[in-house]
Amino acid sequence: MSALLSIENLSAVSRRDGKPILRDVSLQVESGTIHGLVGESGAGKSTISKIVLGIVSGGVVVTAGRVMLDGKDLVQIPERDKRILIGSQLALIPQDPLTALNPGRHIGDQLTDSLRMWKGFNRKAAWARALELLDHVAIRDPARVMDQFPHHLSGGMRQRVLIAAAFAIEPKLLIADEPTTALDATVQKQVLQLLKRLQAEHGTSVVFVTHDLGVVAQICDDVTLLFQGKVMEQGTAATIFNAPRHAYTRALLAASPRYDNPAAGLNPIDDAVIAACYAQIQQFDGVQHG
Amino acid sequence: MIGLITKRAGMAAVTLFGVAVVVFGLLRVAPGDPIAMMIGPGATADDILRLRASYGLDQPLINQFWIWLGSLLQGDFGTSISRRIDVGQLLLERLPATIELALMALLVSMVLGGFIAIIGTLWRRHWASGAIDGVNGVLLAIPEFVWALALVLALGVAFPVLPLSGRINPSLTTDFRTGFSLLESLLIFRFDLAADLARHMTMPVLALALPLAGIIARVLREALSEAMMQDYVTLARVKGMSELRLILFEAMRNAIGPTLALTGVQFTFLIGGTVIVEKIFSYPGLGNMAIDAVVNRDFPLIQGLVLMFGVIFILINLLVDFAVVAFNPRLRHG
Repeated sequence: MSALLSIENLSAVSRRDGKPILRDVSLQVESGTIHGLVGESGAGKSTISKIVLGIVSGGVVVTAGRVMLDGKDLVQIPERDKRILIGSQLALIPQDPLTALNPGRHIGDQLTDSLRMWKGFNRKAAWARALELLDHVAIRDPARVMDQFPHHLSGGMRQRVLIAAAFAIEPKLLIADEPTTALDATVQKQVLQLLKRLQAEHGTSVVFVTHDLGVVAQICDDVTLLFQGKVMEQGTAATIFNAPRHAYTRALLAASPRYDNPAAGLNPIDDAVIAACYAQIQQFDGVQHG
Repeated sequence: MIGLITKRAGMAAVTLFGVAVVVFGLLRVAPGDPIAMMIGPGATADDILRLRASYGLDQPLINQFWIWLGSLLQGDFGTSISRRIDVGQLLLERLPATIELALMALLVSMVLGGFIAIIGTLWRRHWASGAIDGVNGVLLAIPEFVWALALVLALGVAFPVLPLSGRINPSLTTDFRTGFSLLESLLIFRFDLAADLARHMTMPVLALALPLAGIIARVLREALSEAMMQDYVTLARVKGMSELRLILFEAMRNAIGPTLALTGVQFTFLIGGTVIVEKIFSYPGLGNMAIDAVVNRDFPLIQGLVLMFGVIFILINLLVDFAVVAFNPRLRHG
């Protein structure tokens, strides 16, 4: 089975001080699967997704590697081709639904953008399709919502709208950037189930960026675990959770609070494990420069 | 809605009353006497007294004020002392010329300022944006009367391509039914007249529009750059929108409200600027007449003009308030 998205030996540094942000990252997202990109803050998971989507900030310079989507290298192709390729094949579910919708545009217009740009829908057809999409993400009274502005909707509703917008063009690859972080715990679960259902129905490939191992266990097929821009462990979710090889993975799993076993208490990650991780990073950087 | 309009109308009435009191008071305190300006050298003291009495200037000030205000409420602005014509009629004759000039200047400044802001935002990571900022700084740092003189020197004297004064070539004069000559000539398809009016307007319009264009460009550019960093623009970029489309359809909607509010305030300054610019180009509008009225100490005319400017300012502020609400859905009810 060939990979839909294949990131090969991707490295990036900060433009300001030249410090590595990504260290030789490789990962494959197979068709129709959910690939969890896991790591703590600053691990580089968001940077990877931004490079794939072509929205990485000017402060990040890609120094090596390829991002192959359908046989095309997203790092190399001309800006215009990249914009069209990303717009028509990729979609993003952003982290914060409160800021990701334009406060000045009707929900309906924002939902129909992609359909009209890339699927050849006229205004009327796109509107009808958007109504279906809203209905599909369990939004009540979609016709009314289409005519509303973002400030009329709750956070959970806005995230549903964003999910509907992401699935509108039937993207080959969907990048979900911590889509539930900004939501209440109860809404989180609903949104996660919705995402999983739509993914299964459409057979979409998903890169799921998160720091929440519980979420990973629920929905991911494969997992890449990052630390300081370096892949620590990679494999199927089952392997990672049942037979973790890296000490960092084991420590992370042990640190997750267990609601089913409160007696276990909280187990913060041992400093020695973190120190070992940094040693590994340093050794890697040493080899690169030596 | 009706409550709001009533409230605004009430506020406008109070404001205008304040304007009336202030202009009346200031004129009486300021040195200069309209009668002294109009009499010949041979007039006797008796002539002067009679003349004063005929204009009601012999009455106590408070009576003069109430008489003036009472007539105003009946739509009577009094008679111009220097021109011996009804002030209301004079104002109505001159108002359309000033409205055409000011609106044209506003239009030019919005188009020019908007264009500079959009190009500057489009090239914001390019060295050329620095050059645009520089040009912009020059635009807004130079006041309208200096622009007027510079334009006269450049396009009237060094390269005499544009007429220096007036509103229309006198040999072309036809009977316009309204004072809105430019609009009227376009509506009756007299493009020869429209072209001549436009040529006469070019320099005063530019003098008024360039500083405002600089201000609009700066504020709009700032607001656009800010909006371009928002999450919703990033998401729209992932949808595959081009940079220009992002600016025009995603960022502009949210940047235009604050810019419009400021443009409204600045537009009232532009109206103030018409006074001196109309004088420089001998453009037959309210501002030009205002300077003559002040020179002649023509009390009724000055009072009428100031009230007219007051009404214009109030209307502009009202329109701006409505425009800002129209562009910000969060301020709309329901």
